Amino acid sequence: MAKKSKKEKAPKPQKVRRGKLAMRDAIAGYCFVAPWVIGVILLVARPMIESARYSMSTVRNTPNGLFVTFTGVENYRQLWLNGVTFMTELVAYISRTILAVPVIVVFALIIAILLNGKIKCKGLFRLIFFLPVIIASGPVMGMLVDQGAGSISTLDTSVIENIVGFLPDAVSDAIVNVFENIVLYLWYSGVQILIFLSAIQKINPSMYEAAKMDGASGWECFWKITLPTIKPMILLNAVYTIIFLSGNEQNTIIVTIRDTMFGSQGYGYASAMAWVYALVVTLMTGLIALLLMNKKDQYAKKVKLVKKEAKRQERMLKKAQQRGKKNAKKIAAYKR
Amino acid sequence: MPRRLRRTSAKAVPKQKFTKEKFHKLIFGTKEQEGLGKQVIVYILLISIGFVYLYPILYMISRSFMTRADLLDSSITWLPSSLHVKNYLDAFAGMDFLNAFKGSILLSLLPTLLNVVMCGIIGYGFARFNFPGKNIMMGILIFTMILPQQVVMTPNYRLYNDLGILQSINSLLLPSLLGQGIKAQLYILIFWQFFRQIPNVLFEAAKIDGCGYIKSFVRIGIPSAAPAILVVFLFSFVWYWNESYLTKLFVMGVSSSAENTWNTLVIALSTFNDSYASSSTVSGEALTSLNEAIQMAATVLCVGPILIMYIFLQKYFVESIDNAGITGE
Repeated sequence: MAKKSKKEKAPKPQKVRRGKLAMRDAIAGYCFVAPWVIGVILLVARPMIESARYSMSTVRNTPNGLFVTFTGVENYRQLWLNGVTFMTELVAYISRTILAVPVIVVFALIIAILLNGKIKCKGLFRLIFFLPVIIASGPVMGMLVDQGAGSISTLDTSVIENIVGFLPDAVSDAIVNVFENIVLYLWYSGVQILIFLSAIQKINPSMYEAAKMDGASGWECFWKITLPTIKPMILLNAVYTIIFLSGNEQNTIIVTIRDTMFGSQGYGYASAMAWVYALVVTLMTGLIALLLMNKKDQYAKKVKLVKKEAKRQERMLKKAQQRGKKNAKKIAAYKR
Repeated sequence: MPRRLRRTSAKAVPKQKFTKEKFHKLIFGTKEQEGLGKQVIVYILLISIGFVYLYPILYMISRSFMTRADLLDSSITWLPSSLHVKNYLDAFAGMDFLNAFKGSILLSLLPTLLNVVMCGIIGYGFARFNFPGKNIMMGILIFTMILPQQVVMTPNYRLYNDLGILQSINSLLLPSLLGQGIKAQLYILIFWQFFRQIPNVLFEAAKIDGCGYIKSFVRIGIPSAAPAILVVFLFSFVWYWNESYLTKLFVMGVSSSAENTWNTLVIALSTFNDSYASSSTVSGEALTSLNEAIQMAATVLCVGPILIMYIFLQKYFVESIDNAGITGE
């Protein structure tokens, strides 16, 4: 069989068609990912369409079944006009996330760099810094925050308040808020530390050696080698932080959505809430991705553009030359 | 005499030099060696940040042993006057510990096992084979990771209701069977990353020796993916253990009807205040009236099992991240 396929391939090699083997490979691949495809269709795509439909209708859940009557954007309008709790929660969520993401990422980076140095008891410190991932679940965090373990009482925030007092109120409030909830912010950065740490450890040490030969200080090494290398990880961590914060049960919005589902307003209103929330989360993720996207890609794009332009001009030149030749022939024929 | 004096002075001069330059070197360090001053600052930072991390746990443990009098006494901040173990007994009864513990173990172990198997298979499919539409599928995978669960929650609730798997463990098993469990996308990516690193030559050799697709997956893929399996297992277990939002919705049922027997430690903790009051009236036992210390004891009981697991397995937790190459590209 192998011989036959070789024979078939030999006469016309320029035509690219999937061979029998590649075909079989592809089918096997489909078989392996089939559960996931079914899962996406059944548990993600279909529910998304369904909930979009719910969000634009009034849904009444009766013992005889579900009655869905289309009402257009009524739910969204209601949400915008009357959903006071939801809107305030949403705004609080947005401001909290915008504040938390940089703080968490920077904390994680600092701790990862500290851990990467030559220190004793590295294992012990890693053990401690990874602890929150294990036990930080919604109810546990809720219990701890209720009891006042979310902020360290001996850390006097009034001092910080005095220090940043000259700044505008909105800014200084935000800074004070960070220090008041410092335990929470640090507790949310367990996985991020690990991601940064393993990224830093993968940097080739000979780069640092070369830089030191040329007289770079540790500070310069950080800015010129460490940071550019782990830049993709910063994006990854920022996105991870957003996803984590948006799915965490400490976040009151998702609890509100769940409660609304079984409340008087029903599935339709809850779906509208969920869609607005999803839109906000996606927008924020997109914004962060845009901010932190590697600029190299844009450079590569520019290079591509320039190359394309050059190719086009070359082609034009060739065309012109050919036309010139043709015309020369014509002229010669005419003269004859 | 003068000779001796000269000798001492000759000795003294390098010593003088030592105190000045070497001291500077000692504190600020040279290019080759880190300075003592820097080391000290690093350790101070690490220890103080470490304290911030440990603070809630220490606070929780110390509070959980306090009596009511200790709580009110302003002179006692950390060390309770005596180890008041009755808090734990009360919390144990209040949150119906054994039932909740059993629920926690079942509800995190079974979906986790399914997650490991299914995500391994799916990740293998993405990593080993080329088929049309693969890139689009990967894009959808990333998208579903970002998409908040709330969007698909309502229709899925309806679906599970129609299938009759609400308020049973099946409502957690079905998504993980189809590769849509909690954070399953992340695990698929981990497996994908891992299987990609296995050299292709191995599979080609196996194929020549007559290995089919399934056999080469079982014989080559699985044994070489042991670190990935470990990290997925550990993380999945921990995240299912800590999950309360979806468990409350699908397994527990929001209405919390009486016939429902499922309970997990995390959920028992979130409803602790109510259940404690009701259990103390029902049983008629002399439970101490609810206070902060009992709440903290309940929290310790909730966190305890997984904390013990972490302390024993911490080596694998931390090292598995490096091995499994989460950071990848």
